[in-house]
Amino acid sequence: MKKHVVGAICALLAALLFMGTASAQAPAKKPKATAKAASAPVVVAEEKDAATLEFEKFRAEMEDSNPAELFEMKGEEQWKEKRGPKNVSLAESCDLGKGVGQVEGAYVIHPRYYADADAVMDLERRVVWCMVEKQGFSFAEIAKKPFADSNFTPDITNLVTYIATHSKNMKLAVPLDDPKVRDAFETGKAMAAYRAGPYDFSCNTCHSGDGKRIRMQQLPNISVPQGAIKGVQGWPGYRMTGGVMLTHQWRMNDCFRQQRFPPPKYASDAVADLLTYMIGTANGLEYKGPGIKR
Amino acid sequence: MTKKILLAAMATPLLMAALPVAAEGNYRAKAVEIFKKDFQSRGQASIDRLAEDGLQAVCNQSGNNPPEYIAKRMEADQLAGIKYPADGKLMGDWKEGEKLAQSGRGFTWTDDPGLPVGGNCYNCHQISPKETSYGTIGPSLYQFGKLRGNTPEMQQYAFNKIFNSKMYNACSEMPRFGHVGALKPEQIKHLVALLLDPESPVNK
Repeated sequence: MKKHVVGAICALLAALLFMGTASAQAPAKKPKATAKAASAPVVVAEEKDAATLEFEKFRAEMEDSNPAELFEMKGEEQWKEKRGPKNVSLAESCDLGKGVGQVEGAYVIHPRYYADADAVMDLERRVVWCMVEKQGFSFAEIAKKPFADSNFTPDITNLVTYIATHSKNMKLAVPLDDPKVRDAFETGKAMAAYRAGPYDFSCNTCHSGDGKRIRMQQLPNISVPQGAIKGVQGWPGYRMTGGVMLTHQWRMNDCFRQQRFPPPKYASDAVADLLTYMIGTANGLEYKGPGIKR
Repeated sequence: MTKKILLAAMATPLLMAALPVAAEGNYRAKAVEIFKKDFQSRGQASIDRLAEDGLQAVCNQSGNNPPEYIAKRMEADQLAGIKYPADGKLMGDWKEGEKLAQSGRGFTWTDDPGLPVGGNCYNCHQISPKETSYGTIGPSLYQFGKLRGNTPEMQQYAFNKIFNSKMYNACSEMPRFGHVGALKPEQIKHLVALLLDPESPVNK
């Protein structure tokens, strides 16, 4: 399988390189035409979008051999194994809204409200809660290094990947009729509109319009279902840049970095509320399981 | 600077009182509370960044659409803080401008606060046709000077807009690069040249 992955990555790099060359040459063809208004840039934009299409194709080809599988397998072991100071497995203690130990379809019903924690929780937050409350792990220790880098993948990332795999091709079903969840949705929506910081950015500065980009990066419009699903799809995801497995919590964290805000605390209400808004907006649309990101 | 902030702070309650209370008001209060409770300083991005200044507060509370008389007042306030280069020249070197326009560095918690901050221009705008990797949040600036000329008035407009976009549009999506000290007047004039100099690739 590894060979397959390497081969496919090489093919993608070659394709991107080709697209890059094609685009770089495009403006050079038109220097004399510039006086005739701005027709050239439109052509260029389309060519770059072809690079995006090429990546989509690659992603589809990779579907049967997503490196995320390695993390999923590790996550399955960690779900079933007796671990932590209390020597208990999550499989025998953790309720993800489908009954203790059940993972089938659990990812797509989050965020949801848990009376035992008196909080609305996205899936990652819930698993952290179980690790702390049921297995006795220290929250402070988990929160110290919650996201993967090239040398390290936290257990929580493996677990989330494992659980997410068991919601593949299921429809998102955030229980928005629960008043607590609805409350989180509306709070998340208000947070997304909040402009502050040195650049006056809010989430909505980049994510409330259709067809917007930063450089060549397409920006999902999280205010509508078809855009919001793009912000949900592919997380947790294997990111080829750096070769790391990253969760939806990580994605939210990095958005705030680019917004020039300080980071939200790990597994906090802040992230749960924002995820409730985004995933809730995509409700009813199909989640395709752990993905691959550039 | 301090005086201006004071003025803005004094003006804010009056402006707020004039705004209609939005239906989502309770959730805004809740959102503000969560920003206070659930964020932590990291690197140069400290939690005091989460407090709105007067203009941000009015824009946030009015859905970026304050009543016109308030918008006009805020725009005038923003204009008051502008600083021009010491030599009075508003058009610098477009090549320096292009370098600044390319860089998106600065202000994130992973950025070294000791390093210079970039203009971030290509993140959101098409500018020189040689750069095909550009964003589309802002309008295309390709042929900006060719279409508008480079009269002193146009130079001043371009300079002002980059220094503080809010003086023309109180709730503009564009950052206030000069106002927040990201770019110095001496840097902004290079960006003005990138947009207006007939020799700049933007206008070729």
